[in-house]
Amino acid sequence: MRKVVTAPAAVLSTPGAEVDACDPGIVELAGELVAIMRASPGCVGLAAPQIGVSAQVFCVDVTGHPKAATTHGEFVLCNAKIIEASRWRPGREGCMSVPDLTGDVRRAARIVVEAVRPGTGEPVTITTDAFEARALQHEIDHCAGKLFLDRVAGAHAVYQRKVYL
Amino acid sequence: MHELAITVIGPDRSGIVADVSEALAEVGANLTDSTMTRLRGHFAMTLICNGLSSQDAERALGPLATGGLIATVRPVEPEVDEAPAGEPYLVSVHGADRLGIVAAVTRVVAAAGGNITDLTTRLTGPLYLLVAEVDVPPGTADDLGERLAVVAAELDVDVSLRRSDSEIL
Ligand SMILES: [Zn+2]
Repeated sequence: MRKVVTAPAAVLSTPGAEVDACDPGIVELAGELVAIMRASPGCVGLAAPQIGVSAQVFCVDVTGHPKAATTHGEFVLCNAKIIEASRWRPGREGCMSVPDLTGDVRRAARIVVEAVRPGTGEPVTITTDAFEARALQHEIDHCAGKLFLDRVAGAHAVYQRKVYL
Repeated sequence: MHELAITVIGPDRSGIVADVSEALAEVGANLTDSTMTRLRGHFAMTLICNGLSSQDAERALGPLATGGLIATVRPVEPEVDEAPAGEPYLVSVHGADRLGIVAAVTRVVAAAGGNITDLTTRLTGPLYLLVAEVDVPPGTADDLGERLAVVAAELDVDVSLRRSDSEIL
């Protein structure tokens, strides 16, 4: 299984290419993302650049998370675009690719995303909120070559990530 | 490898950070962690660097004194691996300025075993504000909240204690 890439790494800062969602290689990539997400404790989302592949593919699963409201279970999206975003809220987030820092980032608490599913290429529109919306924005950022560090709210809004009991 | 802890304080103007970091870079210093802010118009910066002696650092920063900046340099031991932190909380206190707010509030935090990891206080007009990031021993936050409420009532200020979890995505 591929390992999660950590910053600094060029692939994390490179906008991912749009993909052909029906390409068997992309279906395989989707499966690999899901497998690594499931194998990583506490992981609620993973984007292709995080495993070294510069492509617009990510998976998300926030099922059971205390800050989630609407949830769509475990899913993989290709070529996702945010077409509506509202109710901006601050929140502190971290990333498996930036293991030692967290930061305060404003994210929309309600979004509409258009994407296609891997395998079928079926277009989907996902409307969601709260924590699932934050996770989607974080992963879509990865696919665009952005980290949460590019969006921190201020010079003193970055923190050393601590190991909590 | 030893590290240096450097502070620079003085009247603010544009270009101080560039001057300080350039002076240190010229003598081979590696800046690692740093923080800088303005406190009532005073420039205030604290930084850790390595790769040079304290004498070299002092010599490099010496010329800044002509602009009214005071730099101090001292060698420090590198960070040792810390024990796991407690639970992350944010404390906010605000109200009319009065003597001893910071002392009273932070004493309560310390007595409860909490560790302050970040702190800002501001006085603007009659309003005093304190915001602190605190690591609280697991399971003791409710108790700390009650103790803070008691001291806040004595000081006639408002206090809030809220969890500040990070979500790892
Ligand atoms: Zn991430």
